[in-house]
Formats: sequence, C-alpha cells, structure tokens
Amino acid sequence: MKPAVFAYAKARSLDHAIELLGQHDGQARVLAGGQSLIATLNMRLDSPDLVVDINGIPGLDGIARRNGQVEIGALVRHAAAERSDLIKRQLPLIAQAMPHIGHPAIRNRGTIGGSVALADPAAELPACLLALGGEVEIAGARGRRMVRADDFFKGLFDTALGPGDVLTAIRLPAATSETRTGFAEFCRRHGDYAIVGLAASARAEGRSLHDVRLAFFGVGATPVRARQAEAGLANGTVDAAVAGLAEDLDPPDDVQASGVVKKQLAAVLLRRVAAQLMEQRS
Amino acid sequence: MSARRIDIAVTVNGEAVHETVEARTTLVDFLREDLGLTGSHVGCEHGVCGACTVRVDGVVVRGCLTLAAQCDGARVETIEGVSDSGEIADLQDAFHKRNALQCGYCTPGMLLTAQELLKNGGTPSRAAIRQHLSGNYCRCTGYHAIVDAVEAVARARGKA
Repeated sequence: MKPAVFAYAKARSLDHAIELLGQHDGQARVLAGGQSLIATLNMRLDSPDLVVDINGIPGLDGIARRNGQVEIGALVRHAAAERSDLIKRQLPLIAQAMPHIGHPAIRNRGTIGGSVALADPAAELPACLLALGGEVEIAGARGRRMVRADDFFKGLFDTALGPGDVLTAIRLPAATSETRTGFAEFCRRHGDYAIVGLAASARAEGRSLHDVRLAFFGVGATPVRARQAEAGLANGTVDAAVAGLAEDLDPPDDVQASGVVKKQLAAVLLRRVAAQLMEQRS
Repeated sequence: MSARRIDIAVTVNGEAVHETVEARTTLVDFLREDLGLTGSHVGCEHGVCGACTVRVDGVVVRGCLTLAAQCDGARVETIEGVSDSGEIADLQDAFHKRNALQCGYCTPGMLLTAQELLKNGGTPSRAAIRQHLSGNYCRCTGYHAIVDAVEAVARARGKA
C-alpha cells in the first residue's frame, strides 16, 4: 500500500526537531533510517500529520568511548556499527548481534537509535541494550536526560520516550577482560525478526559468573530479563537456570509460534548462550 | 518549513534530476512513476522482499522504505544505470547462463545486492552468499542457481 498524505520537514538541528515535534501534539513522527517507520506508513498502520527527518542533524552519528562507556549516536547505521573496530573490541555483544539485524540493504539504512526507539519486542538491539545494562540519552523540550535500559522499555512499542522527545544516543559499558557475552536467536529466515532470541552478558571471576543479565526477545511486549535464570547461572548450574525460565517467561502465542514452542526454544537458547558465557576466554 | 510537496535535486544514473514530489512518495515509486525507470520493482512495499532494491550514495537500500524527499542531494543508481554502464555485465551473463531467473521480478534487486557483496572482493562461501541475499526473495528458482551464478562471478573476478 501507499502511505496516507503527510507533510515532511528536514530538521536543521536537534532543537529544531524538538520544536517541530512539539508543534504537532503527538501527530509528528521522527524519521531516522525509516526501515520500520516507512513500512508502518506504507501499511497505513500509522498516519501522522508530519514526518520530521533527523538525518541532517550533525553530531548524532558518532561512536566513541567515554568514561568506561561506548556511546553510539542515534544516527549510526547498523552497517557502520557492524564495521566499527571500536564496537568489535569493546562491545562484543553488539558485534555478535549485528549480522542478525535485518538484511544488508536494511542495515545500510537502519539506525541504532531508530531500533531502540521503536522497541520492537522481537528486535535484537533493545535486548542487547538491556543485557548490557546500558543507558539511553533523550533530548526533549525540557532538556536532556538519561534513562537506564531497565527503566526504558514500558510496554508494546512503548518506551520512556515522550511524543516530543528524540533519542540521541545509547551508552553501553565497554567490555573488560572479565566481560562475557552470549547471543543466539531462532528465526525463519536469516535477518528476519526472531521467533525467540537471547542476548546475555556477565562478569567472570575465575570459573564463576557474576552480574548475569539475560534479556530474551520475542517473548512478550518488551525485551524480558529472566531473573530466576540469571540467578541459576550465577550459581553455576545451567539446569537450575533453565528451570527458572518457567517462572521468568510466559510468552504469548503469535503468528510465528505458540507460547509453548517459544518457551521450549527459549530453554534451548539458554543452554547455547550459557555455553558461550562459560567458554569465552579473554 | 514543512510541506506536503517537496522540491528535490537528485542525481539518477549520472543525470541531474529536479522534480517536485509528494512527501509521501517512496523512492521506488518516484523512479518508476515520475522517471519511467521501471527496472526497480514494487513487491511487498514493507521492506521484506527486496524487489525494489536500488543504490543510494553507493549502497543498496530498499526503494520502498526510503522517501524520495529524503534523497535530495543524493546519488541514486538503478538497475538501468548499473546495467548500461557495464558494471555488472559479467553477473548478468552468469545469471543468464545458469538460469538464475525465471520470471525476473526479483532479478534487478538480486543483481544489485549481489554486486554489493562481490565488490568486497574475494570468493565468499555459499553460506555467506545466501546470507547476503537473504533479504531478496525469489519465488521461482529456489536460489541454487542464483548462488551458483554469484559464486562463479566471484571466482572469475578473483582470477581477472
């Protein structure tokens, strides 16, 4: 289908974008890579009055290390993140996840900020952000604020972003020699949204894992922390972790699979990712 | 400041184009309807099938998930341009020889996407070729012949 009529504005600056969004009382949408927004408009699932193109705003496409964190600007394309040596070295989880995100043409255009802001519950990056315990930088009419990943995802496609806000960057803790990460997903076709996926991080001390964070995706309205399973892995028993999933996850049926199948797949993924976390040597 | 119709200046296959487009016009519709470049096809219109693949500023994108208005100042290349320049003559020949198309609907997108992989050089594995083409649906061939063609061109270019 073709989109309904809308107006287009190219924002000159962040302030300009926020001003435009504020003038339209929730009827304006931010256009970054457009890989979800334009599909949504084409299908007429959304028909805003105004699309605010933020692609021309300078300074939102950097990748830099600051104070033990790696900051990824909202306009960094997936393809640029995939090629980044800094991300390969300091954010191994993001590097693991990147090839699973969409297809080459999608990654050439889609942005890190757009993926996190949309918060598709079956998408890879929101789960990675949650697994790493990162932060989201948001600019709005009342200035800038940081929101922790654990507080960012509110519900289905619902986040801490208000209608007048622009996500400007995400910040993720840089890997140390103790960092362990794991990533796996099931999908019907490489690059499609996952049926179920798992992004994980932990800190290794000798043979034991601490600060285990398991973020499942495709299992609910948001990426979901599996806290019982995290405790199980921290105690060193994969079986206990898998048993914990019974309490952690209650995936609804969707077009891809029933909740029962998703739960079974989640257990398989947990065993695979646990092996990744325990096998890594720095 | 904001408008439903936008003036754009785009370079399409090396030619400067100035047009006024509706804000809601996608790049692939602009190319097909306004410029008559019908080699880029419209399939699913939500980014899944890859039939609308074109190059913008040197990289492949979904023509259905890019607004024409966003392409102001951009360099757009379509299958017509890439075909006429001879850039992918060997790839087209390999597709022909190996029956890597039947109806041809996916072929322009397949060629442009495969060319992006081949430009990296080397001989990618069959798995890497399949992964790179995963965003381009073909409903006729079952993909084997397409992978054969891309692999053959990678080998031939490696020797050249």
